[in-house]
Amino acid sequence: MGLKSFIGGVHPYEGKELAENAPIKEVLPKGELIYPVSQHIGAPATPIVAVGDTVLKGQKIAEAGGFVSSPIYSSVSGTVKAIEKRRVAVGDMVNSIIIESDGEFKEVEYEVVDDVKTLTKEQIINKVKEAGVVGMGGAGFPTHVKLSPKEPDKIEFVIANCAECEPYLTADYRRMLENPEELIAGMNIILQLFDNAKGILGIENNKPEAIAKLKELTKDEPRIEVCELLTKYPQGGERQLIHATTGRDINSKMLPADAGCIVDNVETIIAVYNAVKNGIPVMKRVSTVTGDAITNPSNFLYSIGTPYQELIDAAGGFKVQPEKIISGGPMMGFAMFSLDIPTTKTSSSILCLAKDEVAMYEPMACINCGRCVEACPEQLIPSRLAKFGNNGLMKEFEEWNGLECIECGSCTFACPSRRQVAQPIKTMKKLVLAEKRKQASK
Amino acid sequence: MSDLYHVSSSPHVRAKDSTSRIMAYVIAALLPASLFGIYNFGFKALLLILITIATCVATEWIFDKIVHKKNTIGDLSAVVTGLLLALNLPVSLPWWEAVIGGVFAIAIVKCLFGGLGQNFMNPALGARCFLLIAFAADMTNFNVTKNGVDVYTGATPLALIRENGLSAVNVRDMLVGNVAGTIGETSVIAILLGAIILILLGVIDLKIPGAYIITFALFMFFFGASRFDFNYVVAQLCGGGLMLGAFFMATDYVTSPITPSGKIIFGICCGLLTGIFRCFGANAEGVSFSIILSNILVPLIEKYTVPRAFGQVKEAKKNE
Repeated sequence: MGLKSFIGGVHPYEGKELAENAPIKEVLPKGELIYPVSQHIGAPATPIVAVGDTVLKGQKIAEAGGFVSSPIYSSVSGTVKAIEKRRVAVGDMVNSIIIESDGEFKEVEYEVVDDVKTLTKEQIINKVKEAGVVGMGGAGFPTHVKLSPKEPDKIEFVIANCAECEPYLTADYRRMLENPEELIAGMNIILQLFDNAKGILGIENNKPEAIAKLKELTKDEPRIEVCELLTKYPQGGERQLIHATTGRDINSKMLPADAGCIVDNVETIIAVYNAVKNGIPVMKRVSTVTGDAITNPSNFLYSIGTPYQELIDAAGGFKVQPEKIISGGPMMGFAMFSLDIPTTKTSSSILCLAKDEVAMYEPMACINCGRCVEACPEQLIPSRLAKFGNNGLMKEFEEWNGLECIECGSCTFACPSRRQVAQPIKTMKKLVLAEKRKQASK
Repeated sequence: MSDLYHVSSSPHVRAKDSTSRIMAYVIAALLPASLFGIYNFGFKALLLILITIATCVATEWIFDKIVHKKNTIGDLSAVVTGLLLALNLPVSLPWWEAVIGGVFAIAIVKCLFGGLGQNFMNPALGARCFLLIAFAADMTNFNVTKNGVDVYTGATPLALIRENGLSAVNVRDMLVGNVAGTIGETSVIAILLGAIILILLGVIDLKIPGAYIITFALFMFFFGASRFDFNYVVAQLCGGGLMLGAFFMATDYVTSPITPSGKIIFGICCGLLTGIFRCFGANAEGVSFSIILSNILVPLIEKYTVPRAFGQVKEAKKNE
């Protein structure tokens, strides 16, 4: 039998060899750090510090703005310099707290738990919530909400998304090699919440060392198993990962919990571990700084809020002038026009490409070849949906299941006519959903 | 401004296959059939192929100029159309009729409907059917003389089967291609070689040709002139434009359904129509008309074969 996988998908150039052998290195921030109040899905956080306040490392600076929201902590000690709108990676201007570091990293006291087994479920969820843990793979969905499904007893699988299917990214891989104990401990904490659940570590088979290491470490863990997956993009898509590891299918109207699953990525599970065991809020993360324009492609452990420019400098700067800078991976990441942008909880990578190959291509007519159909992991007809999107045909767009699109970009990748297939679909999805909300609120 | 980096919607990388590369693959896959045609029918076949290709490319270039469109001959699709059209012509066709066919294919069938990707009918087949009606005698004249010697006189294998029964043909000659017919349709082996190239390069899959050939074979087995005769079915499969049509014409991306199950239905339509035309039609052939008729059904087929999206089965069960 073949390796576990899903239908559709594409095989982009992996590019992981650039940074996969670079051990995680800590980078200390230099000057100011920027904390946008929206680093997660849901209501923005509310600042609880004022300009001129001195703050400690690990001090809460913004309170969650609702249940689906998350607090934000300072990752340095210093002074609040300003609270103003700043540009973020996706291009929006977001209200941000700006802190000038004093370079001393004076910390608050953290509440360390000796034996996490003594904690109740409520205590664990509370600690996760208080620590500001969100989905750190990119989506930024508040983790405490994910860990509080309506029927916890019906959760049968807790899946660690160790696929890291985006090309170039190696941060999760390095975490698996260097901090596997924390990953497994974090998994055990989450399993403590769900009595009937089994833990699955889903890893693509292009990471044999990580697979071997985690298999070795989990051989005495009856509730955790390592599941080897075929290397194919988007293997780490939530629905695709659930299908590959459990054989269960969900659609856009369902949550993973409806299929008895909880999915969290590597960085998030390690954040859960730090939050529950050590009482440390989300202040740091590991990201990959890579691409053919970077002098020393690296994996950095750094303070969230550090501007991207400092990470580039720490990696030795550019060896050639890049044409394109991407926050995230090449398939779903956001192109940024400047480096004066802060890292957030969801910054998984910064990718600097010497050549912007997309700009070289001239889009040609769609020849109906169906490569997008073969590539689509949701079994949609992307070329047709793109046409509906471009022509503003909402009804047809819905009839052809446009709302099921997971925005993975496989269709655009596969298109031989180099057309923007995913872009009009993404736009149309937003329009249709906005229209639906408008209808519902009437 | 020079400090700003490029910004565009994700993804930021692309697969290697391009449209012109796919067209080049198709041209390469048609080479075995073309070369055999030239070998079989002589220098005039090469001339006709070159004339038709040149006409198609020139027509597209002129059309783009007249309507002030960006020049699109670089996508090589006009070359594919020209080559396919030439392979569907008898070698004895006067050159100017081939030119008319090429102009018709590109200007009328393709460009007037919006160019590459917009035509609803296969341009090469549209032109062939036009020529069949307009120049019926020349288009069905399969007499070939090479170096003053009559190579083939009279009828194609299918016409022979119809007139004199199965004993009038030799299936082995039909496989190799030493029979009368259009330039590119006679050698089943050369066409299959090209088809294998297309399949290995991932240009086509077996959904359309498979459904087409199986449907047609079953139809001929049950309803053909010699019912339940295996040899008859094989002769029918090897005769006429069936193989060329199934692998190179019915699989034309633009004029076949994009939905996976739609492709199979489309193949079945082609097979049924070809069967009906060959069994009950006035002519022994029928592939061209079957495919262009099925082309017209494509929007309807697609409408009813929108695939179920991932995970939608479960939802239906849940709602019960």
